[in-house]
Amino acid sequence: MSLLEVNNLGISFGGLRAVDEFNLTIERGELYGLIGPNGAGKTTVFNMLTGIYKPTDGAIFLDGKDITGKKTADINKAGVARTFQNIRLFGDQSVLDNVKIGLHNSFDYGTATGIFRLPKYFATEKEMDKKALELLSVFGLDSMADVLASNLPYGKQRELEIARALATNPKLLLLDEPAAGMNPNETRDLMNTIALIRKEFGVTILLIEHDMKLVSGICEKLTVLNFGRVLSQGRTSDVLNDPEVIKAYLGE
Amino acid sequence: MNLYKKLNKSTQKLVRTVAVLIVLFIVVSIMDSTGNLTSLMKGLLVPVCAYSLVAVGLNLCVGYLGELSLGHAGFMCVGAFTSALFSRAFQEVIPDVPRFILALILGTIMAALFGFLIAIPVLRLLGDYLAIVTLAFGEIIKNVINVLYVGVDSKGVHFSMKDQMSLNMDFDGKMLINGPQGITGTPRQSTFLIAMLLLILALIVTHNFVHSRTGRAVMAIRDNQIAAETVGLPVTKYKLVAFTLSAAIAGVGGVLYAHNINSLTATTNNFGYNMSIMILVYVVLGGIGNFSGSVIAAVVLTMLPELLRGLSTYRMLIYSIVLIALMLFNWAPGILKWREAHGLSAAAIMGRFKKKEVQ
Amino acid sequence: MGFLTYLINGLSLGSVYALIALGYTMVYGIAKMLNFAHGDVIMIGAYLVFMCMSNSGMPAVVSIVISIVCCTALGMIIEKIAYKPLRKATNLAVLITAIGVSYFLQNMALMIFGSNPVSFTSVIKWQGISLAGGALKITGNAIVTIVTCIVIMIALMWFVKNTKPGQAMRAVSEDKDAAILMGINVNATISLTFAIGSGLAAIAGALLCSSYPSLTPYTGSMPGIKAFTAAVFGGIGSIPGALIGGLLLGIIEIFAKAYISSQLADAIVFTVLIIVLLVKPTGILGKQIKEKV
Repeated sequence: MSLLEVNNLGISFGGLRAVDEFNLTIERGELYGLIGPNGAGKTTVFNMLTGIYKPTDGAIFLDGKDITGKKTADINKAGVARTFQNIRLFGDQSVLDNVKIGLHNSFDYGTATGIFRLPKYFATEKEMDKKALELLSVFGLDSMADVLASNLPYGKQRELEIARALATNPKLLLLDEPAAGMNPNETRDLMNTIALIRKEFGVTILLIEHDMKLVSGICEKLTVLNFGRVLSQGRTSDVLNDPEVIKAYLGE
Repeated sequence: MNLYKKLNKSTQKLVRTVAVLIVLFIVVSIMDSTGNLTSLMKGLLVPVCAYSLVAVGLNLCVGYLGELSLGHAGFMCVGAFTSALFSRAFQEVIPDVPRFILALILGTIMAALFGFLIAIPVLRLLGDYLAIVTLAFGEIIKNVINVLYVGVDSKGVHFSMKDQMSLNMDFDGKMLINGPQGITGTPRQSTFLIAMLLLILALIVTHNFVHSRTGRAVMAIRDNQIAAETVGLPVTKYKLVAFTLSAAIAGVGGVLYAHNINSLTATTNNFGYNMSIMILVYVVLGGIGNFSGSVIAAVVLTMLPELLRGLSTYRMLIYSIVLIALMLFNWAPGILKWREAHGLSAAAIMGRFKKKEVQ
Repeated sequence: MGFLTYLINGLSLGSVYALIALGYTMVYGIAKMLNFAHGDVIMIGAYLVFMCMSNSGMPAVVSIVISIVCCTALGMIIEKIAYKPLRKATNLAVLITAIGVSYFLQNMALMIFGSNPVSFTSVIKWQGISLAGGALKITGNAIVTIVTCIVIMIALMWFVKNTKPGQAMRAVSEDKDAAILMGINVNATISLTFAIGSGLAAIAGALLCSSYPSLTPYTGSMPGIKAFTAAVFGGIGSIPGALIGGLLLGIIEIFAKAYISSQLADAIVFTVLIIVLLVKPTGILGKQIKEKV
């Protein structure tokens, strides 16, 4: 059984058909790229996969379970985590707390335990700190654990967002333009990090990206979207040589 | 001292605030016993604590949930009337101490319940709508209490929403709530000690709450609701929890307030819109999200006009100017530029405080 | 005949709410802020009319014109000093500032005019008409109020649809950034919106106090909040919505007073608000606004 199976997904905003007949199958452990020109509907697909938009038609299966139109929080609990194109951190909280919020559902103690500081509070918080620092160290962010998230440099904010997503222990990680705004050096570091987290966390990754170098360097498979429809789909090298794709990207 | 240093910064601040409150309590008690306290000041001790409590509750809502409530006087009102009704009804039946404890618990729970019920529809709304609905709620509460007539006699409890006559009570009956005249004869059990203890308790509870798993989730929702949903937080649940706790604390303030006065009525000034605004001024002036600040602002702003008698006519006018000026000071681009140029930017001010802490 | 009398009273009160609601709805639509102080501009407007008429003996029309001019200026000054610097601030900061302005106006009035109610002389001298052999009396106040409201509504809808400044208003309300790119002066447009809203508030103040003559510094706050309710009810940002919401609210209030309980009328009106927001958070004619992800 594939990890993610999307059948004939479509969504309309008023009269506008933003995404139509979108099909996608991702196997466990794959690193999959979703590319396409601006306005092709890539982020809209992410929004449907994470329940932020309710699809007008079609179905989404994660690990064989139907998650179509479920609430965003429940989809995350089912195993989908994401980052955003315009970074959405909890800006007024520390780097450490951002990750601890991601760990929210993996650790449990009640509101009353927190208010009255019962022994379980201290034990759980200690474990959470440890786990969060572990995650941060993957990105070299552990030394900045006490910094306010909004005070981090741009590239580090993107990495923190990935760390926060990983903290929810996802099966499928969606990255929306992780390299946006980065210089070539930072992009190369990011490619290594993405490869590393796939190996270390055993997570399947679907990413949206404009940077062709990044895409061709790490993605095994690609789907190209154009005007809300799938233009081409398959192994990276095949897709990038598809004349239709070249035409869409470079014009005639 | 070592133990104190081991605590993190926010806990240190809580410990300092509590220490200051205890010292303040001791000083005021000594002044009282040596006859150095005017009766005016004495009369203000419990109300100040009550206002502080409501301000702490409102600050939880404004600062951590990120929603403006203009109805916290309503929750205070619910706490006040529930507890006063209970105390009056069981005045001859239950001994003083357990009765007050029960009244306190009941008033708090009722305020929490109202907070919960009003939060279910309200928290689905966006910012400004939420403010106006909480305001509407406060007005409804005040309005309904003013037409409530409850009395008790040998035949049982009588209830009406028209007037005292329609209760048809026996001659020996006792009025519990008498419409616009409210509740009279509530036992005056709120002492300064109890008020102080409850205030300290509320400060500890709110501090622990915001630094817990739930508190972090609440702040995450405030900072970015969509991101909070994508990391699996049940947004509605935590908004409800925070709002309910905030209402409950306001309710405690109401209980204190009710058991400090002989005649409890619901007017615009004590439980209406004006009170909600006054509490909001404490929260804004003390610093949004800063619980100790709310208490300081409540104490200073209540005591100051009473000390400088001439000022009291201008009090409300000054409050309004303070609100506007503070918002402009924090947000207006021109003023921000001026502050930057004169080393008064937020970062610079914070930096100065940090240096002081090191020394 | 009682029912018809109540209905007409309700329409009359509702017309006042609709006029006030216009101020809220236009400012909300264009500046995306809740101008809490709007209700207090009504009170200031009513005091101005009162001073001109009762203290200086000016004719009603002149008094109202003076009041409109002053309130328009007041609205623009408030916008310039208190709201304009906060264009980029959080919603919470703007809302708190607006509450501050509202409080400021109330307390200024309190210092100048005192807290004792003054008795407002109606600006309408006409006694009204009597139908069905005197069984149904319609006061001049009611007729003038309803007609004024309808005329202003139509004029405003025409203005927004057919004039350049009106089109600019619609453009700013649709997309402020795009409007800037199209060369529209956003600041001037917002200022104009405040001017129109405050001018209408002066008229609403005169009409409100002609029917309910007891004038205090707090006169504006309740009708202000109710008119905001009306604006929300009809769908905030919509001019016809303000009319529908205002009329419905006025009728509900008068009927609640007549048939249920006069003391509980406010509670009933606010309960209606909460129910409406529960069932249809965007009001009757409102549009859904979604955050872009």
